[in-house]
Amino acid sequence: MSHIYQLTKGIIKENPIFVIVLGMCPTLATTSSAINGMGMGLATTFVLLSSNTVISLIARFIPDKVRIPSYIVVIATFVTIVDLVMQAYTQSLYESLGIFIPLIVVNCIVLGRAEAFANKNGVFDSMLDGLGMGLGFTLALTLLGSVREILGNFSVFGLKLIPKEPVWTAGQFFHDPMLVFILAPGAFIALAYMIAIFNKLKK
Amino acid sequence: MEYILIIIAAIFVNNVVLAQFLGTCPFLGVSSKIDTSLGMAGAVTFVIVLATLVTFLLQHYVLNPLGLVFMQTIVFILVIASLVQMVEIILKKLSPALYQALGIFLPLITTNCAVLGVAILVIKKNYNLLEGVVFAGATAIGFGLALVIMAGIREQLELANVPKGMKGVPISLLTAGILALAFMGFAGIVK
Repeated sequence: MSHIYQLTKGIIKENPIFVIVLGMCPTLATTSSAINGMGMGLATTFVLLSSNTVISLIARFIPDKVRIPSYIVVIATFVTIVDLVMQAYTQSLYESLGIFIPLIVVNCIVLGRAEAFANKNGVFDSMLDGLGMGLGFTLALTLLGSVREILGNFSVFGLKLIPKEPVWTAGQFFHDPMLVFILAPGAFIALAYMIAIFNKLKK
Repeated sequence: MEYILIIIAAIFVNNVVLAQFLGTCPFLGVSSKIDTSLGMAGAVTFVIVLATLVTFLLQHYVLNPLGLVFMQTIVFILVIASLVQMVEIILKKLSPALYQALGIFLPLITTNCAVLGVAILVIKKNYNLLEGVVFAGATAIGFGLALVIMAGIREQLELANVPKGMKGVPISLLTAGILALAFMGFAGIVK
């Protein structure tokens, strides 16, 4: 029961984006399309899962004073692995995420889970926690990416929702997507409304 | 002339927070009072310039010659973390007044992705040392500018009657979105 809770709490109840509001930089920067958001989410999930596992194993051998630098080294190692693997196998995704892959190191969620959970819980629970938080993060990023892509480009995961020449011309709205949602201001505005809706639904 | 272009581009056109989304966490967290955001901006400027200088030298005189480029992320983040610690210790000894002003912000800066972001961007854009340092300084000023404007708005916002669901993070994000919209007006100044 409690194991299942460790896994599922990150998805809704303690969702890292909508509830804890951590890791804003990649959330805003990489969600210009659903596929980018999902790619970033999955990369972060891998780092979270691996770093939580390793840190929960080695936490008791690390002196308290140097624990943060030690955690950062562990996290940076896994980020480097992700960076190299993505460069080799998913070239186009790697290029569109750009600088934000190495920046997973400073994503507050990863260090936050290490400090708040992995260093005082067992390996199995820490793995579940990392996986759950990662999936919650991925879900939030994919959702935000989809919303922005629908509003800004009339497509999801690159699939056009309406034909290029719309037969039903209900005003200008359906001709021109709201490009601003793909650009920087749209990220802030879309996320603001999504958090507001999430707060409302949670009550 | 080149340097002026770099400075204007980094402060206005590609503002680090509002266009590139680096350092959004402190931007949303610390920017509720103008005083504290000025302190934060000062500390960040100091660390970004210093970190860019050190990481640039490390990249070109250690990592590149030894073929260790893949170690970039690990080396840079360690350098930044230890640099922040060092600055804190030195400041405490040399200038207690400055330490009082900046002290509480320093530990927060390690996880400010603008610092690591700028260090990596300088390498990616193939700047030379002087260009890199100028770019870092200008980026930090852009960060400070966004932070102070945001703080000014949020001080006013406290008096406003915000709908219940929008209180806290959502209204800050919305404000940031409108600010970003305003900063988009600068696009096209350079090039």
